[in-house]
Amino acid sequence: MALSRAEAARIAELARLHVPESELDRLALELSTVLDFAATLNDLELGDEPLTAFAPAEAPLRIDGPDGRTLNDGEDGVATANAPEAEAGFFLVPPVVEDLEP
Amino acid sequence: MSPVEPWQRSARSLAAEVRAGRLTAQASAESGFEAPAARWERDVHAILSTDRSARARAVAEAPMQAVLSGVPVLLKDNLCTVDHPTTCGSRILGEWRSPYDATVVARLRQAGAVVVGKGNMDEFAMGSSTEFSAFGPTRNPYDLARVPGGSSGGPAAAVAYGLVPLALGSDTGGSVRQPAAFCGVLGLKPTYGRLSRYGLVAFGSSLDQVGIFARHVGDVADAYRVLAHRDPFDASMREGQAPDVSTWDAGVRDLRFGWPANLWREGVDEAIVAALERAAGWLEHAGAKRVPFEFLPGTFAVATYYLLATAEASSNLARFDGVRYGLRARSDELTTLYTHTRGEGFGPEVRRRILLGTYALSAGYHDEYYLKAQRARTRIVREYAAAFARCDVMLLPATPTLAFKLGEKTENPLAMYLSDVFTIGANLAGIPGLSVPMGLAAGGLPAAVQLLGPADSELRLLQAARALEAEGRSDRVPRGYEREFAWPGK
Repeated sequence: MALSRAEAARIAELARLHVPESELDRLALELSTVLDFAATLNDLELGDEPLTAFAPAEAPLRIDGPDGRTLNDGEDGVATANAPEAEAGFFLVPPVVEDLEP
Repeated sequence: MSPVEPWQRSARSLAAEVRAGRLTAQASAESGFEAPAARWERDVHAILSTDRSARARAVAEAPMQAVLSGVPVLLKDNLCTVDHPTTCGSRILGEWRSPYDATVVARLRQAGAVVVGKGNMDEFAMGSSTEFSAFGPTRNPYDLARVPGGSSGGPAAAVAYGLVPLALGSDTGGSVRQPAAFCGVLGLKPTYGRLSRYGLVAFGSSLDQVGIFARHVGDVADAYRVLAHRDPFDASMREGQAPDVSTWDAGVRDLRFGWPANLWREGVDEAIVAALERAAGWLEHAGAKRVPFEFLPGTFAVATYYLLATAEASSNLARFDGVRYGLRARSDELTTLYTHTRGEGFGPEVRRRILLGTYALSAGYHDEYYLKAQRARTRIVREYAAAFARCDVMLLPATPTLAFKLGEKTENPLAMYLSDVFTIGANLAGIPGLSVPMGLAAGGLPAAVQLLGPADSELRLLQAARALEAEGRSDRVPRGYEREFAWPGK
């Protein structure tokens, strides 16, 4: 199947990934090539095969509290140490809520 | 003949020398950074980061009476370390420093190993040639015009040229076994859930597994024994004890090895077919029995994988958004901050895969792509189960070709993906696989074979690899080292 330029742009938007206009055509073509190849799975006549999972049937649990290895064990600032912008233990981002003035 | 230098030794022999006090851990850990191995790094570029003081600290902290005492180890740069940066071969992580060691790294350190640095890789482990590293490619030490494979190309090349006897990579679709094959070293992808993934930066969580590179089968066994333990920090670990691999040298008498010759009837290099015939002959000579059968072509596995792995990647890589770590594009608006940080921070292959995965999961296409691929995965799991009802291990190629040239496949994503046609199935089925070097083909490039087995068959894989090693001496190192390390041939 051939993916259109508009579809490629829409996927990029969904993925929160900026793709320059000049690269959209090429990208649509590359994705189409792989999707065409993926269509070979139609030859397998899969019917209603179940889905696969390897995770253990029951999720293992561990103590819900400080255990000496997690990051919030009193090591101030460890979680925000790598942040591009942080203040007082919080990550800083541009304003999310628009101006609320009437 | 000159005595064997530390950089030429196996991990087992280095650790034994260190434990006995005949070699200092310092001399052992630094051996690959001195001539002649050091000359190779300038051409090969296997290392992304290392520094002498971090190595010295690691030596000082290593226990001296342990399994891997003093053994230098290079880690793929998607394994978190407190004493080196972790870049994943990407610009998007910037100057990020992990606040913790991955569990496998902590286990190596407890066993006396010395982490000497971080190895080059395709960005976020997406690639088969290490050309998609944001920090420049690694080259194959056997031919600098060719790729070392990928995505764990740095660790594979480093073990091949003699920097270290042991390295860790990660294998989501063949990223340990394929570069091991291209570089002429052993590469083990363990059973899914046997090695902790805690601290391995996630790509495809249902497929990722930490893997082991070495030049000697005994070294792979020792590393596996150190690493294969349960970890409460990885909820996807397999239940029960990991297999005991201490009898890796016990031989292959009466082992039944599957021989799915339909897989290499076409499209596989002659040198690799010859290596398979040679390996089968050696296994038979050692007492194993060949069981011929037909097997599902690997192209179905590739198609399945590039829907599932990309879907998982699109989700896993959502965390790189310029807020908690790494690069941040300048913006006074949040959505633009996300889109531009990601657009600028990710390289071409990572972008392709995130978009492909986003598409496979998007409304209206989820059933057609993602669910269909999940059903195909179940079919592939069943194909392997049926095969392993008839044999103990399967012998097949690790790769369809010998190492290819730099630039040969970077512009053609599908061609690059198809270089994993023989390795991807094991990740989909969660089973272990091992690339075994079979010496050099005409032209001087390494040729390899692959062994696959059912879940928890690591011991059988190692025993079969050991039989091939004993027959053929698979401990050869690259051109330029012939005087020190001869391949006796067979």
